[in-house]
Amino acid sequence: MPYLGDEHTVRELRRALSNPNVQADHLRYRNTIHRVIRLPGLSQYVQQPLTVGLKDKAACVRRVAVLGWAKIHTLQPNTEIDVAVVNELYGLLRDPDPVVMVNCLRALEEILQEEGGVAINKPIAHHLLNRLKLCDVWGQSEVLAVLQRYRPRGEDELFDILSLLDPALLSHHAPVMAATLRLFLSLCSTLPAVCMSALERARGPLLAAAGSTSRELRYAALCHIQLLLRSEPGLMGEHYKRFFCGYAEPPYIKQNKMQVLVELVNDDNVAMVLDELRGYCTDVNTETSQTAINAIGSIGRSYTDRCLAILTGLLGLKQEHITSAVLQTLRDLVWVCPQCGDAVCSALEGWEDNLQDSQGRGALLWLLGVYGDRVTGAPYLLEDCIDGVRSEVSAEVKTELLTATLRLFLSRPAETQDMMGRLLVYCIEEEVDMCVRDQALLYYRLLHCGIEEVRQVLQGGRRSDPSLGPLIGRPPEPISQWASSFNTLEPLTLGASTVGNSDHATPKPSTLTPNTLTSNAEAMTPTPGDPHLPDCSSGALSLSVSPALTPEEFERLWLQLEKGACLEVCVQ
Amino acid sequence: MISQVFILSSKGDHLIYKDFRGEAGKDAVNKFYEMVTALTGGQPPVVMKHKELHFVHIRQGGLYWVATTKADASPFTIIEFLNRLTALVKDYCGCLLEKSVQMNFALIYELLDEVVDFGYIQTTSTDILKNFIQTEAVSSKPFSLFDLSNVGLFGADTQQNKVAPSAAATRPIVSSQGEQGSKNEIFVDVIERMSVVIGANGVLMKADIEGEIRVKCYMPSCSEMRIGLNEEFSIGKSQLSGYGAAVRVDECSFHQAVRLDEFDTYRILKVCPSQGEQTVMQYQLCDDLPTAPPFRLFPSIERDSGGRLLMYLKLRCDLPPKSAAINVSITIPVPKGSLRLSQELSSPDQSAELQPKNKAVHWEIPRFPGGAQLSALFKLEVSGLSAASLQEVGPVSLSFELPKYTCTGLQIRFLRLSPIQPGPSQRWVRYVTHSDSYTIRI
Repeated sequence: MPYLGDEHTVRELRRALSNPNVQADHLRYRNTIHRVIRLPGLSQYVQQPLTVGLKDKAACVRRVAVLGWAKIHTLQPNTEIDVAVVNELYGLLRDPDPVVMVNCLRALEEILQEEGGVAINKPIAHHLLNRLKLCDVWGQSEVLAVLQRYRPRGEDELFDILSLLDPALLSHHAPVMAATLRLFLSLCSTLPAVCMSALERARGPLLAAAGSTSRELRYAALCHIQLLLRSEPGLMGEHYKRFFCGYAEPPYIKQNKMQVLVELVNDDNVAMVLDELRGYCTDVNTETSQTAINAIGSIGRSYTDRCLAILTGLLGLKQEHITSAVLQTLRDLVWVCPQCGDAVCSALEGWEDNLQDSQGRGALLWLLGVYGDRVTGAPYLLEDCIDGVRSEVSAEVKTELLTATLRLFLSRPAETQDMMGRLLVYCIEEEVDMCVRDQALLYYRLLHCGIEEVRQVLQGGRRSDPSLGPLIGRPPEPISQWASSFNTLEPLTLGASTVGNSDHATPKPSTLTPNTLTSNAEAMTPTPGDPHLPDCSSGALSLSVSPALTPEEFERLWLQLEKGACLEVCVQ
Repeated sequence: MISQVFILSSKGDHLIYKDFRGEAGKDAVNKFYEMVTALTGGQPPVVMKHKELHFVHIRQGGLYWVATTKADASPFTIIEFLNRLTALVKDYCGCLLEKSVQMNFALIYELLDEVVDFGYIQTTSTDILKNFIQTEAVSSKPFSLFDLSNVGLFGADTQQNKVAPSAAATRPIVSSQGEQGSKNEIFVDVIERMSVVIGANGVLMKADIEGEIRVKCYMPSCSEMRIGLNEEFSIGKSQLSGYGAAVRVDECSFHQAVRLDEFDTYRILKVCPSQGEQTVMQYQLCDDLPTAPPFRLFPSIERDSGGRLLMYLKLRCDLPPKSAAINVSITIPVPKGSLRLSQELSSPDQSAELQPKNKAVHWEIPRFPGGAQLSALFKLEVSGLSAASLQEVGPVSLSFELPKYTCTGLQIRFLRLSPIQPGPSQRWVRYVTHSDSYTIRI
């Protein structure tokens, strides 16, 4: 490959370009132009061949010439493109070769970028629509994308256009179908009924794409189906079986399909769907089985009994990742459906497992704390954890342990007092993590205030939030919310996204934050003096939300400290 | 608007790199490989984003085929483009492996030059491209006549079945003065994929068929071809089922180039196939299969007194007696603590092994005749066997191929090329059903 800046090459290129028949070999023509465009000094030599090329008899040369102008505009931004050239390109929209027409659209898009791209007026729009059939798949998607800019004047014109485009909506070429649907949605944004019927017509091709041999196409189709379901949840109702996972599908597709299945559940198919999901819970891939268990938990908000039966049954398998996922799901489920408490308690009776996973342990501790009064073995389980707290790595687990122990203390003081004392001593004296230590200090001070305060703080708050509601019956979103991201890369980049993942949106009800505490608290009189043991003679308690110090003040005080001193600030 | 296209091997070796717009640097390639190998199993790899650049890729032939774009392009377009690119490379090079890509890199660069200009897709049609592509393809596998296969010559009225080597259809399509001269051959394949779930009580829970009629044309120029389907072929659910075995599908879609003027009355498709492979028709059938699912399993699973798991599996093939299934592979998930497997199989050509990594027993049956029943007894030593372990013996998955068989009953009555080509032309029709996902719950 000769060095591009070489004198000899430059002369060669100039000679090639000044040959009036340079476009005879279109490949050489294009390569020459492409090379020349990149060289700043030579760009004026390329304009003449390009102008000639636009009028050439051979279609392949015209295609290259049209894009050549786009290249000049983008690669040599200082070059002014003559108005005559732009007009010539607009004229070439009527070229008999469809690829030339589409290339003109693309070139004009780039050249007129500042003005918002190529201007589509009525004659151009109708011309493009009439020539749509002559284009191949790529040309059609390009034309359909450009037509989004066009606004038909009246309803008659609109419906004419829609009926012309209707066959494209059913095309089994996914790019054309997706581009047509996007165009429909944008043209009919004010006519929701037409949009709905377009979605229904596109259902067949989308489902076919979701069953394609190409995994990636399947994934793209699934992500778009999820978008559609946000507006019309009943769209795929009777086709729920198409979303059963294939044995050899990659995990990311299985997870998407499970999310869709959760949304399609209704009274008729719940038994089948749960049966199917139950089969996925023992999948070799741990993430897939965890997603399946979460999915069962989501369905459990509406069909609680069946799901509970499955979940507690899964505990019997005694497999680490399954048990951990089930516990987390049960914790989330109980938050929404407090009536599950009984089943959960009987599952926790006689619990023997030693979980390694910290998320699972955290969930178990939370459950033991909340239902400790009904589970006979709860204090002993907590005692095991407390004895092993020194080797516990996760700060979250330790915080959960503190909260659970304190909760259990309220209901079973005699059995728990001793171990709680040991835990608090460890956390305050030896613990390194400041969050855990602070939590322990908070509880210690609360206990000094009195048992009633502790009860108020730990149990006065909500134990469940039924308002989060069953899964089904979520209001459908208007199409406009997602129409702009249809047929773009956005739905695929978000991946395992927001739709159907409302179980992840449940707030973790475990760790207490100051915000939850202020909601049910009363004023506390501040005491000067030793902040370790505030004197709570008034029996009232409050915490302020804002920090006692601003960051700047803290920094100032910190810098003033001597080595070895510690900073004590009284809560005002 | 595609910015770059590159092909990487599964180890990250750069095989092909082409930059169309000069918007992104070559470090994008390494960045892509870093990102894709860092993903866990559950994260979707298809579209990834790094700063302003989107990476869209597909995996085929063990290679990564990647396109980058800065604009918010249509995912369907880019994925279809990449699929089409792999089909083109397969048409030219015969097969899609790292070796064939390496040997044909000049051809692939030429293809990319013709197919995409400045990031815009120009054309992917083999017919048009062959006028411009000048590099010859180098084939990695020598063409061998020693492979026999299940191909039958359509229209043969002699007793013997003429067979063509199975490698015949994997030859590169576009080879000019190649080794074989210009063979006028057309392969029409009816390929069905079946997806079945049978419940624990033996009830058929789901049965889906996705089928395609694919035409692979080796002839350099082919005028119209007429494909005749079954006369009683019907589309859509209808109350009237008619007499006899009706061939029915739920939905059906055709390639853009197919002319359907004789379809309604005579069920004839008219198409002018271009050189290369194309899908002429696609159809789906859900839940209402005319024939019974091909395999039924009768399992019996229990614990014996010695603390071992006993699985007695009886597999019955419900195909008509003349047909057979080949390469049947049965996967049975087993409890986690499975240590050793001892088996009793009914014939020496079958084999079974325990794969601890997948926690499953694989049972392989090379050939399963229709109407036959095969049984196997597996004894598993499982550490920590309990009553709950029986739950872990999960849904059984089968993978198989049914040659010369279509579940829907779709048949090609005739295949006529008009006008008659100079020289002998051979038309081959093949039917095959694959299992997409065949699950039997226990």
